Amino acid sequence: MSASRIPLPVMQVRGVSKTYRLGEVEVHALRGIDLELRAGELVVILGASGSGKSTLLNILGGLDIPTRGEVRYRDHVLSDASDRELTRYRREHVGFVFQFFNLLPSLTALENVELVTEIAEHALSPREVLERVGLGDRLHHFPSQLSGGEQQRVAIARALAKQPDVLFCDEPTGSLDYPTGKRVLEVLARANRELGTLVVVITHNAAIAAMANRVVRLSSGGIAEIRVNPVQASAEAISW
Amino acid sequence: MSRLHRALLRDLWHLRGQVFATALVVSVGVGAFVTMVSTYRSLAAARAEYYSTYRFADVFASLKRAPDSLAVSLRLIPGVSAVQTRVAENVVLSVPGLAEPASARLISLPGGEQGGDSLNRLHLVSGRYPAPQSDDEVVASETFAAANSLAVGSRIGAILNGRWRELRLVGLALSPEYVYEVGPGMVVPDNRRFGVLWMNAEGLATAFSMKGAFDDLCLSLARGASSRDVIDAVDRLLAPYGGLRAYGRADQPSNRFLTDELGEIEVNATYIPAIFLAVAVFLVYTLLARLIAIQRSQIALLKAFGYANLRIGMHYLEFALLIVGLGLAVGLILGGYFGAGLIRVYQQYFHFPVLRYRLGVSLILFATAIALAAAVGGSLTAVRRAIRLPPAEAMRPEPPRSFQAGVLDRAGLMRRLDTVTKAIVRNLARRPWRAALSMLGIGAAVATVVVGRFMFDAVNALMAVHFDSAQREDVTVTFNETRSRGAVTSLRELPGVLRVEPFRVMPALIRAGHREERASVLALRPSDTLRQLVDARRRRIDVPAKGLVLTRKLARMLAVGEGDHVFVEQLDGRRRQFTAAVVRLSDEPVGLSGYMDADALAGLLGEDAPISGALLQVDKSREPALYASLKRTPAVAAVSIRSATLQTIREIMNRSFILMTIVMTGFGIVLVAGVVYNSVRIALSERGNELASLRVLGFTRGEVAQLLLGEQALLTLVAIPVGCALGALICRLLVPAFDRELFRLPFALTGATFGFASLVALGSAGLAACVVGGRIAHLDLIAVLKSRE
Ligand SMILES: Nc1ncnc2c1ncn2[C@@H]1O[C@H](COP(=O)(O)OP(=O)(O)O)[C@@H](O)[C@H]1O
Ligand SMILES: [Mg+2]
Repeated sequence: MSASRIPLPVMQVRGVSKTYRLGEVEVHALRGIDLELRAGELVVILGASGSGKSTLLNILGGLDIPTRGEVRYRDHVLSDASDRELTRYRREHVGFVFQFFNLLPSLTALENVELVTEIAEHALSPREVLERVGLGDRLHHFPSQLSGGEQQRVAIARALAKQPDVLFCDEPTGSLDYPTGKRVLEVLARANRELGTLVVVITHNAAIAAMANRVVRLSSGGIAEIRVNPVQASAEAISW
Repeated sequence: MSRLHRALLRDLWHLRGQVFATALVVSVGVGAFVTMVSTYRSLAAARAEYYSTYRFADVFASLKRAPDSLAVSLRLIPGVSAVQTRVAENVVLSVPGLAEPASARLISLPGGEQGGDSLNRLHLVSGRYPAPQSDDEVVASETFAAANSLAVGSRIGAILNGRWRELRLVGLALSPEYVYEVGPGMVVPDNRRFGVLWMNAEGLATAFSMKGAFDDLCLSLARGASSRDVIDAVDRLLAPYGGLRAYGRADQPSNRFLTDELGEIEVNATYIPAIFLAVAVFLVYTLLARLIAIQRSQIALLKAFGYANLRIGMHYLEFALLIVGLGLAVGLILGGYFGAGLIRVYQQYFHFPVLRYRLGVSLILFATAIALAAAVGGSLTAVRRAIRLPPAEAMRPEPPRSFQAGVLDRAGLMRRLDTVTKAIVRNLARRPWRAALSMLGIGAAVATVVVGRFMFDAVNALMAVHFDSAQREDVTVTFNETRSRGAVTSLRELPGVLRVEPFRVMPALIRAGHREERASVLALRPSDTLRQLVDARRRRIDVPAKGLVLTRKLARMLAVGEGDHVFVEQLDGRRRQFTAAVVRLSDEPVGLSGYMDADALAGLLGEDAPISGALLQVDKSREPALYASLKRTPAVAAVSIRSATLQTIREIMNRSFILMTIVMTGFGIVLVAGVVYNSVRIALSERGNELASLRVLGFTRGEVAQLLLGEQALLTLVAIPVGCALGALICRLLVPAFDRELFRLPFALTGATFGFASLVALGSAGLAACVVGGRIAHLDLIAVLKSRE
């Protein structure tokens, strides 16, 4: 990513608030968020537990709609889209990586990727993507036969295989040990670098922020700080 | 209420859909069981009470004619407690409002009324007995009167011994001899065209020139007496008087039908509830196993708090007991309701003075015991798993479901499937037992629907053979005694008669080794076309010039085959005896007979080929005129009309078989829906996260539904042929129960039946799937990002 070029905004968030109603109590998970995500960026959203990270990611990923404010993906308005439109948005443009992998246990690594490429329009070869994340020798293993890190890499391969415009990762290392977690971050960084995918990583682990282009810090549902890293650390270089 | 009990209720409420489906299956099983057993018991009790109160006889016999004094000798037979001699004749009636002639059995009443010790006493429903001196007063069977809208005071015309008489109905009654009121040789009751009339012995004897004589008798046995021995003694005594083989209750037509029907109910009362309870056991098992899997950590917590294993086991057992108990309660109510309804249906066919529906305490206890056994049986394995769970391990989440490449993968069969289908197949293959049992449950439902339609198909097939191939006459006329061939001429002159084929029916005793059967031998001519012998494939068999053709069933009863010889004893006329070779076996579905060439038989008997009656082919447009003449033709004892019989059979089929189809189809729907609903709910509970994450990845609801419901769709598709085969097998097993002397149901099932059963399965599976499928819309997409599967 060269700093001289100003990339186009892919997603625009304006005045987004999200309020949950729990009986009598109102929980303000997000309060007036303004944010832009640009093509090819690696953005880390940082914040303490309960600060609203997941809520923001759900709204960006088309899983939820804000109570107030507007979310745009290119020329689509997501904030008042129907379930059908959101499904299409996720199907065509978004990749997800979950904390707990969420692979289909009944399918092999390869088949888990194929499941997604079968419904995608410009998919990469499932084998190649799996090789790219270092699982070329694990194609025919079922999730229960893979380690946590390997499962997460399958999940990343699954997300990347359809060449999404945005890849959302919610605590991707949250359930992994240190070396495995680092390996996964490396794969994400490479995807961002080599495929130019816009990657958004949520974490409460401040160390990870070092590898981002930009770091968005949330606090109590609001943006406390947006920081641009002049230089990105490589995944190997960071430690926690 | 303890905390555990409150948790129990909460779980029940939370799983209410599956609880309801399981309880529904239990309730239908219990309901079917209670319905049928209570109906059986009510009918059996009504019969026992009727027979003893009205002194139903034990042995029956008909003869040509014997003096009243013979009664003394009959009474002296060891083992006989009471004897009642009577005059009984078949007559043709002209009933107001009925175009066709009707047939009746006219029976004498002892001493003009009901003596205290007389047998087969009548239950007088209305009116009175005939006055002592009257010769035109009759009591009619209530069934016949009701079918023809006759009442006390109505008049009917009758030919008594060749003379036209007008009879007056003075009373309506029921008789234990006619609980099931069918005419001789008939299979289904036609209450409009066959009835029973009772008349003063005096008047009847006078009309038939039987003064001081009798031609029919019944007797009762002393306690412990052998019916066999008494029958043999009666036969010896009656032989010189034209006795036609005495028979016991087992062969008495009405009682025989009743016994057969009870046997049928008994069979239905076993296998239908068994299918339901087996499915219920399976549903309880899967439901409980899933509940325990979900509640692993709760179980661990309780154990850590010091709850005893036994208490925890009891908790889940109670859960199963509550579900089954709910089904049981509903089932008992359903059973009572439908049992009472079924009794009302039976009241149309079986006529008792009192047919009370009873649902005894013992039956309720029995049904309860069976249901509880099902609950315990279904929960045992699952509960044992809960008890065995070590507290520490239970605290960990349920381990991820592990899959491995299976046989299908190694065989390369999976490679060609799309990914979603692979997932479906692997999910099924991972729990092969559960899949097999689900499939069997759906298959059992398909089988139930097939069995429900079996009677329909079988009776249609029977009728096709009987009416299209075997008995093709429009009208059968039977004379009151054998006549010379000249009698044919008068029949030919009747209006509308196109063709007359006379026949001779010889009552006979056929013996082979130590076996003997009472049967009639029908004499046919090579030129006959109306009555035909047919083989199993409905091809015509020609009557051989020499020797005998036997109904296959009769041959089996005599344990003879083609080529064997039998000994034939004529029971009417000169009581000749001869040996004949069995040349062929025939497969007509109704009745038992021997068949011989008319000339051959006449030669053996030294007769001048007399005739017992004739088969007529008639001009449809002149039927009314023909019927009017037949009503007044002397010497005719019975007239049977094909179109009327067909219509009666169709009516009965429509009434009872359609009900049967509806009930069995309902059973099938409940089974399929119960199994599919529960399976899908469990799949949804097990794989909800998996499915939600697919939705997150952009799979549409339809695509996710495909993955969730595909398993059940596949199981249903496999279950349909399996169920059809299973249904056919059950029908095949039921066929011997309908291999009777009066008729034999063929093993016949049509493509329409299989198609219908398949549609029922697909429809109800689809419906159940839709109900659960709606939940896909409510999958929590956000929760799956946070939670571990
Ligand atoms: N479905 C929900 N209903 C009610 N409150 C919610 C819901 N989801 C999140 N919250 C609340 O919103 C706030 C933000 O949550 P979340 O976005 O999950 O934070 P983070 O991911 O940063 O831990 C928290 O206070 C949380 O309790
Ligand atoms: Mg979070």
